[in-house]
Amino acid sequence: MQIISSRIKCYCEKLIQSIISVFAFAVIILPQSVLAQAQQDPLGYAVPGQIDLMGSVTTIMDSIRVFHNGLLMPIITAIVIFVTVIMAYILIRFNEKANPVPSKTTHHVGLEVAWTVLPIVVLVVIAVPSFGILADQVTIPDGERKYLGSNIFSMGDVEVPAPGLTVKVTGVQWAWQYDYVDYEGADYSSYMLNDAERAELKPNEPRLLATDFDMVIPVDTTVRVQVTSAVVIHAFTVPSFGIKIDAVPGRLNETWFNVRKTGMYYGQCSELCGRDHAFMPISVRVVSKEEFAAWIAAVETDGVESALSVLTPIT
Amino acid sequence: MADATAKHVDAHGHPTGWRRYVYSTNHKDIGTMYLIFAIIAGIIGGVLSGFMRWELAEPGIQIFKGLAAMVYGYEGDAAIDGGKQMFNVFTTAHGLIMVFFMVMPALIGGFGNWFVPIMIGAPDMAFPRMNNISFWLLPAAFTLLLMSLFFEGPPGLYGAGVGWTVYAPLSTTANPGPAVDFAILSLHLAGASSILGAINFITTIFNMRAPGMTMHKMPLFVWSILVTVFLLLLSLPVLAGAITMLLTDRNFGTTFFDPEGGGDPVLYQHLFWFFGHPEVYVLILPGFGIVSHIVSTFSKKPVFGYLGMVYAMIAIGFVGFIVWAHHMYTTGLSLNVQRYFVAATMVIAVPTGVKIFSWLATMWGGSISFRTPMLWALGFIFLFTVGGVTGVVLANAGADRVLHDTYYVVAHFHYTMSMGATFGVFAGWYYWYPKMFGIMYNEALANLHFWTLFIGANVVFFPQHFLGLAGMPRRYIDYPDAYALWNMVSSVGYLITLLSMFIFIWVIIESRMKKRVAGDNPWGEGATTLEWTLSSPPPFHQFETLPRIK
Repeated sequence: MQIISSRIKCYCEKLIQSIISVFAFAVIILPQSVLAQAQQDPLGYAVPGQIDLMGSVTTIMDSIRVFHNGLLMPIITAIVIFVTVIMAYILIRFNEKANPVPSKTTHHVGLEVAWTVLPIVVLVVIAVPSFGILADQVTIPDGERKYLGSNIFSMGDVEVPAPGLTVKVTGVQWAWQYDYVDYEGADYSSYMLNDAERAELKPNEPRLLATDFDMVIPVDTTVRVQVTSAVVIHAFTVPSFGIKIDAVPGRLNETWFNVRKTGMYYGQCSELCGRDHAFMPISVRVVSKEEFAAWIAAVETDGVESALSVLTPIT
Repeated sequence: MADATAKHVDAHGHPTGWRRYVYSTNHKDIGTMYLIFAIIAGIIGGVLSGFMRWELAEPGIQIFKGLAAMVYGYEGDAAIDGGKQMFNVFTTAHGLIMVFFMVMPALIGGFGNWFVPIMIGAPDMAFPRMNNISFWLLPAAFTLLLMSLFFEGPPGLYGAGVGWTVYAPLSTTANPGPAVDFAILSLHLAGASSILGAINFITTIFNMRAPGMTMHKMPLFVWSILVTVFLLLLSLPVLAGAITMLLTDRNFGTTFFDPEGGGDPVLYQHLFWFFGHPEVYVLILPGFGIVSHIVSTFSKKPVFGYLGMVYAMIAIGFVGFIVWAHHMYTTGLSLNVQRYFVAATMVIAVPTGVKIFSWLATMWGGSISFRTPMLWALGFIFLFTVGGVTGVVLANAGADRVLHDTYYVVAHFHYTMSMGATFGVFAGWYYWYPKMFGIMYNEALANLHFWTLFIGANVVFFPQHFLGLAGMPRRYIDYPDAYALWNMVSSVGYLITLLSMFIFIWVIIESRMKKRVAGDNPWGEGATTLEWTLSSPPPFHQFETLPRIK
């Protein structure tokens, strides 16, 4: 009991500190950090205080970012401001003191038609790029189809090569298994590193995201990902790639990505899967094509553990 | 009047003491029991969310390890695994309690029972005894749900940590213990309660309207309940079927949702969301009705565009049935299916917009008094707008790809539910409190309740949009350190809402102690529906002579 009460006391102190720091943050740091973010979008994993989508390293995420930040956000912000302003005006202009005698108006056909039709127009404007980027996400490239990229109101002018690599991903309770189906013996499991393991093996990688063996992917290569699961449903996602697909037992779901920048990218299981749902991250290491060739050859001959030495250490 | 009422009631010799409530067939007594039940369930559900926000205030596992050790008697490191499971159990119970045992009993069972018969000029509900069983199934269902917390779920762990959606196969093969069976049976009982209630309301509204009360003259709250109970009547049997299939998969070797026997886990999701999506409109539609009355009353103007409001609700109810798979964009639906559900889902924004704009137009030109219920109604309109527009974002499968199952979704549905539906509940509570109990509350205190909850709930849920955009998945007991800031802000917000709940309870206690007489109509000329023509509280049986509606 004593331990608990001291913990509560300790917690309260921390809470008070945090409240103060939150207010300080709101006044001083927030505007700066927002500005800083505008200059550099976070890639791979979130930065402290982040308020926006992850940065993009794929054509698909380019579309999603422009769609959300350039179209959806402005529209919904405008709607909320519009409603708020009208409400504020009404409350000032038509309160009891300002307007003692209420009007008896209960109909206005023109107005009612207008507020039915105008939202439909707005929705159509949203729907056009929405359908485009949806089709992009769901359609595996064949080398000829053009993708939208950042230009979401175009007919598509980004070329994406046909898949050059297929990885089968299986969710288990609670880890991910990667199977490079085009290669012999290249299949392994990827478990989250606990704090002690991380400190020893991968001290430069973030808590809850670092795994023992990453999914290794060549840059500028279209990767077909086939996702399934052993027992319960999981969801495979990498926010910076703009992909999320459920791993469903008995089904083989497909998605794709083509990453243009080397580095570490993380995601976390996104379908409730039981006790360790929060502890089965997805870590993707995107490397140069040469490095990938060396790595996959090493995996085939010596196994995934020895192949680690082929990869450049993360700093 | 009071004396005459008392004599009349005595002549019937209605039961007193505990029999009055346990055996009750009186729609007002049953309504009051529903409201008390909702308050108790809401407090329990709110405490559960308090532990979750406490845990999530900082990265790492702080609270649930000790909590699991205390509640389940784990020792050493086993308590960590126990705590992880317990967190999932809490999210599950919080969701189920708030949906089935707080919002629905308050809006439909509570205010619906109290005011639907009165507003249509009826003496009581059509089936008073069925009304009694509808209510008393709920405490039984609630008890089963609470019991599930203490039975084994996954091997060696306790409770049903499967989410309020109870997705298979997590709820079948991965949770062999009896906890999930208890949760399923709890949903069966709660569902039966709602279906019986729905039949009762439909019959009452179709058959017991006073002379002259045509469908197109019915108050909007009655319309909102009518649409709501139709949604319940049509969707709950599908849920009942789905969870019965879960039960047989779990216990009798069927494989409806198990691919090893030719079943499909995604089938369960289709069945669940065929119920689940109409269900979210079940939660919000009665709030629409209540807000319409309050806005009209305190603007001293009739509702603007009454017919538009009615048909907007019917449209929302209808379209609500054909958009379910927008909860399933990431399950691997084909392109065309996703296209259809994107289009259908966006359509809902239109009737919802009609409602928002009609409320604004009702206020326009009015003579608005800012009494307590009006504050809640204004809060509802603002918050529901915020929750609504994020719904438009999520409707787009292309954008949902990065937001699905993140805190953005949590923020979205709490703006519509925790703030929309709940503000509707409190709006109705403060609007009808003087009518139901004959006493007036302290308006300054009640306004303080509003402002603390308004600020608190916004501080809790607005930062969750940021977390979701930044990619934090929902139902996580621990999160990468980058998400620490907004989680802390969110948890601080919870403390403000906690304060708000204490004020709420104090408002009730204070009004009981002071016993200010409310009068038949405390709101003045704007309150035009039939309940304001009765005494406060209304007689045990009202409308001995049916009122005639011009």
